[in-house]
Amino acid sequence: MSRIPFYGLVGLLLLAGIALTLYRHLAFDVPWSPGEQRQVWEVEAQVNFIADGGPARVELALPVTQQGYRVLTENTASSGYGLSFLQEQGVRHAQWAIRKAAGAQRLYYSVQVLVDPRARATPAPPPVIESPVAWEPPYDTAAREIIDQAWRHSADPFTFAHRLVERFTDAQSENARLLLTQYDRATLLVRLLNQAGVAARQVSGLSLEDGRRRQHLTPWLAVFDGRERILVDPVTGRRGRPDNLLLWGAGSPAVLEVQGGSRSQVSFSMIRHNEPASVAVRNQRAEDTLLNFSIHSLPLEEQSLFKTILLIPIGALVVVILRVLVGIKTSGTFMPVLIALAFIQTSLLTGVVGFLLVVAVGLVIRSYLSYLNLLLVARVSAVIITVIAIISLFSVLAYRLGLNAGLTITFFPMIILSWTIERMSILWEEEGPREVLIQGGGSLLTAVLAFLAMNNPWVRHLTFNFIGLQLILMALILTLGNYTGYRLLELRRFKPLAED
Amino acid sequence: MWAPPSRLRASGVIGMNRRNIRYIGRYNDRRHYPLVDDKLKTKLLAQQHGITTPALIGTVTSQFEVKQVAALVAAQAGFVIKPAKGSGGKGILVIEHQDGDGYVKPSGHRLRREDLERHVSNILSGLYSLGGSPDVAVIESLIAFDETLARYTYEGVPDIRVIVFRGYPVMAMMRLSTAASDGKANLHQGAVGVGLDMASGHALRGVQHDRPRHDHPDTGHPLAGLRVSHWDTLLHLAASCYEMTALGYLGTDMVLDRDHGPMLLELNARPGLAIQMANGEGLRRRLDTVERQATGMSVAQRVAFARRHFARHGELQDAGGRLAREEADA
Repeated sequence: MSRIPFYGLVGLLLLAGIALTLYRHLAFDVPWSPGEQRQVWEVEAQVNFIADGGPARVELALPVTQQGYRVLTENTASSGYGLSFLQEQGVRHAQWAIRKAAGAQRLYYSVQVLVDPRARATPAPPPVIESPVAWEPPYDTAAREIIDQAWRHSADPFTFAHRLVERFTDAQSENARLLLTQYDRATLLVRLLNQAGVAARQVSGLSLEDGRRRQHLTPWLAVFDGRERILVDPVTGRRGRPDNLLLWGAGSPAVLEVQGGSRSQVSFSMIRHNEPASVAVRNQRAEDTLLNFSIHSLPLEEQSLFKTILLIPIGALVVVILRVLVGIKTSGTFMPVLIALAFIQTSLLTGVVGFLLVVAVGLVIRSYLSYLNLLLVARVSAVIITVIAIISLFSVLAYRLGLNAGLTITFFPMIILSWTIERMSILWEEEGPREVLIQGGGSLLTAVLAFLAMNNPWVRHLTFNFIGLQLILMALILTLGNYTGYRLLELRRFKPLAED
Repeated sequence: MWAPPSRLRASGVIGMNRRNIRYIGRYNDRRHYPLVDDKLKTKLLAQQHGITTPALIGTVTSQFEVKQVAALVAAQAGFVIKPAKGSGGKGILVIEHQDGDGYVKPSGHRLRREDLERHVSNILSGLYSLGGSPDVAVIESLIAFDETLARYTYEGVPDIRVIVFRGYPVMAMMRLSTAASDGKANLHQGAVGVGLDMASGHALRGVQHDRPRHDHPDTGHPLAGLRVSHWDTLLHLAASCYEMTALGYLGTDMVLDRDHGPMLLELNARPGLAIQMANGEGLRRRLDTVERQATGMSVAQRVAFARRHFARHGELQDAGGRLAREEADA
């Protein structure tokens, strides 16, 4: 009888479990520990405009996950407006529409953005250069001269962009002043870059600073060289993206478009807060990939259900360890796990006290039932009703006495408790109170240990976020099922045999 | 307080996990379990194989028949009611004799007819069976145990447990009920276990609650003089249970009847490990010896092998003699 297939299976489970777990950690940035804090920016955009009195339509470009930032959740507030989200050429828009609007209008959009150094944008193709760029005289000569000067002092599109911006900063030339009378700075720079055959587009960015209100988007130049793209500040000419810059609606020509209104503007306020990593993870929008096999793609209600279900293997592992490695006797193999689950709802102390109370009172009543000479099923059913009565009584008593913790006693699994009482009662009659204490104590000890394991925030975080752990647990339990060595308590039991 | 595992391994002690995986899991085919888990089936099978068992008075299979229990046992002086699928001696009711007022247990405790019926009813509804499944009550005649054993027991019938491995009897012990065990022959309830020499059936050493014992706690009789009669027959009986059940790792429980000699009481597919304590020796070496033997031996050959290879000298009879020998060796 070869054990190779067995160890193969265990190895396979271990490998798959570790791989899945690492994948979750690396690809989705799920942290190992629940206490890790992540920075989350809450940015609110406020759109104001005066409606003309007829139908109005507002389109606002939205931020997407980009280098350094991951978009978590977004909310809108806009009374009376119909809202839809559009995705056009890689740019997301929120579109509000209304049949009839008059006077000052105010629309809100807020987004939670996670600071995530590993986040990457989906690469956008460089814009197509409209050639030739049309200039009216005398601006064409001015443009040509500025381009020629910058071109001579540069080596590639990026240095060229830098030199170009420099022409417009300090010691402005006559040409520069002339051009600026006709065009705004960012648009002008894009035109000049395009004229020189450099792909570029204007993008909007928001500088994130904690607690700022009424902020506005600043224009930036995105300069392309083949596949590479860098941001250039149109005022200072500095290259590269500042860390606190959140690109807003990158790639769209205008951030805000309003039809049927005037004096439209958008302003931003933002706050930063630190959230436990687990919360940040939960708020991540589920990405629709097959490999993202995660409980988090389920609706919230099912998620919280799974949070408990995924803990049960931990309880089972505790039971296996205590029975196979230690040799503790329990009444009913997995009854302690169910009691431990109840402890999670009731808190430990209330749970233990409640359990002891219910079982003790149940045993007293059960001892009377045994005089009635009933059939087994009827007797256990009677015990179930008794347990319900005890639990109701204790709940009411606890409430009257102002002990609200006592109300949680209703979380105990009543059928399981009834069977426990029945089994203990028989044990008492046949083997005496000593054995009841041993098995009852063993069950309670196992339940408390299982509770401590299952209630550990670290364990809860890991089991819920890393589904691969279940495979590792499976491998562990299979391995333990193969253990032929002594149990801890056997070392004491067989001690006389070691002395000979 | 704790023994180092290496020492236990060196003495060949087998733990629960090893018993479950290495012996029960490997040698006991699960489909044969019903034969031993159901005492009625065991009994009928034993009769087919010519193995003596206590006489069957009758069975009760439905609640409807419960009222007829009294009539069923009317002609018997003493009898035993047990659940067919009970385990660990649970639900076994021994009635030593009956009179007009009721039924008397070995303890002198008196039961009324209703008590008897309730007990049978409990058995039928599965109170004592594994998993609470419906059961059958088996009524057997009481064993008239050998008078020579009366000095070694309190209220109950002493029984003999022999571990049979692949048909070879490997280790044996006698279980003596005590006041602490409430007349039951269960070691964990406080019965005294006495290890037996495989060659002769002589007592080797006694334990109670896993600690050494030299006399019976209630009768005070020294255990050294204990010797099981009809030893060879008893071993033959035990060994032939292998052919009967096809279970490789088997616990056979037997009693000595005054008139009928050794009788098979019940079989156990998951025999406990306390027999190691009673013998003061681990099972491992003997099981390894048997595993090295070829299959296809006859019952008589296997018994002879066991008596020759597993013979041991007792610690009880001549503690002094052994000391003298050890001194001579030194």
